[in-house]
Amino acid sequence: MDKQTGFMKALKCRECGREYPLAATHVCEFDFGPLEVAYDYDRIKQSLTKKAIESRGKNMWRYRELLPIAGEPTVGCEVGFTPLIKADRLAKRLGIRELWIKNDTVNYPTLSFKDRVVSVALSRAKELGFTTVACASTGNLANSVAANAAAAGLKAYVFIPSDLEQGKILNSLVYGANVVGIKGHYDEVNRLCAEIAGKYGWAFVNVNMRPYYAEGSKSMGFEIIEQLGWKIPQHTVVPMASGSLLTKIQKSYQEFVKLGLVQQSRYSVHGAQATGCSPISVAQKAGLDFFKPVKPNTIAKSLAIGTPADGFYALKVMKETGGAADDVTDDEIRDGIKMLAECEGIFAETAGGVTVAVAKKLVATGKIPAMDSAVLCITGNGLKTLESVAGHVGQAREIRPSLREFESLLEAENKSTVTA
Amino acid sequence: MRIKVRTQEPLRKLLDNEQVVEVSGTTVFEVIKTLQVRYPRFVERLLESDGSVRRFVNVYVNEEDIRFLQNQQTALRDGDEVRIISAIAGG
Repeated sequence: MDKQTGFMKALKCRECGREYPLAATHVCEFDFGPLEVAYDYDRIKQSLTKKAIESRGKNMWRYRELLPIAGEPTVGCEVGFTPLIKADRLAKRLGIRELWIKNDTVNYPTLSFKDRVVSVALSRAKELGFTTVACASTGNLANSVAANAAAAGLKAYVFIPSDLEQGKILNSLVYGANVVGIKGHYDEVNRLCAEIAGKYGWAFVNVNMRPYYAEGSKSMGFEIIEQLGWKIPQHTVVPMASGSLLTKIQKSYQEFVKLGLVQQSRYSVHGAQATGCSPISVAQKAGLDFFKPVKPNTIAKSLAIGTPADGFYALKVMKETGGAADDVTDDEIRDGIKMLAECEGIFAETAGGVTVAVAKKLVATGKIPAMDSAVLCITGNGLKTLESVAGHVGQAREIRPSLREFESLLEAENKSTVTA
Repeated sequence: MRIKVRTQEPLRKLLDNEQVVEVSGTTVFEVIKTLQVRYPRFVERLLESDGSVRRFVNVYVNEEDIRFLQNQQTALRDGDEVRIISAIAGG
């Protein structure tokens, strides 16, 4: 392994293929296209075997050769390897033969898949000599940057829409990060951050560190394959905000095939959005390869990106893999959250409700055949978005500490069950 | 109409590293045409061969994406700001 570059070769424009040094930069100066990390797969193949992977710690860094840092990870060393749960009860509710939940609601340390991207971005930021890190976020990314920066002794600035859920705001503040609430939606936060990013010499994880950051998402796909017993799932349903996670899930499957770690098989990657912010889903359903930006209005705030940067590529991946997209209303999102909680004991945030509800639609419409097997990527924890379900999941019944009151409560309940 | 044009790192290099460039024009289209004369390398990268803005670039008038306005035909007033920013990942 090269000490300066690890298994990376260069940054490469996804549009024109021009190469750039492995610095903190994200845009091709020729066509403004996004830059991506290019790897030396020949050397990776010699190092990353099934045996090597299985001998390593149960975290995302067991696939270290395919993650873009030069040396060993220094931030987020315990992130990842979250449970893959066989969800028989939910499978029955959705009407599908076999269903799995990739449960990133319990990712370490901030309970969302964003810990994966942040551990890569901050480890690389330290390698490049940065001492201040920052991000534009719909909440989960901010939480993860704040926590991981604190643990790594880095200074953090996080920029969020000011109307986020309380849980997401407090979850950034508690780590001592500088939290800046912007009066506007995420796309406006993004625009401001693009302008700020180059100005202060900070590592902006989703701006100038984006090529490294985005690669962290692949670890979710690597884990799915390994946890399924080295198999690619027939169907994977992924929530879409910018569309980045969906493209990286496919990339993870392709890379494992390329390295001979898994057999090539037919698979489809499907995308899930909220109807109140569904530019990618609307384009996919209309058969378009471009999307029209929208102004978001949905309870799924973590997915509320009206101008999705990776929308074009997400549409391409769905087309290439025979995947479909769909979108669901706020009520369907809450139903999705409840179904997952009641069937599998997993409390997901709104994005998880979107994924479950869209999966239900895709099975009902035959876009995911009922006899197939699917994995749902559940990316964040419900404790962070309590407002979205408050008042929709019933209420605790209050009694005095009296046996008689409890017994009459039970009696009333039994009666109502009988009459119902 | 005097219009202020801003962009971000590392694209600013192509505007001779100026924080703000002042040009004249009554629409976004005219501003781009004027920029083309002064900074041909910048505009060559900004536009596709058919004259449309490349898909990874967002153009704003003051705070609004021109795709929510009248695209390149969006009318400009004296002192308006045009921002040319690359799309970035979320979220």
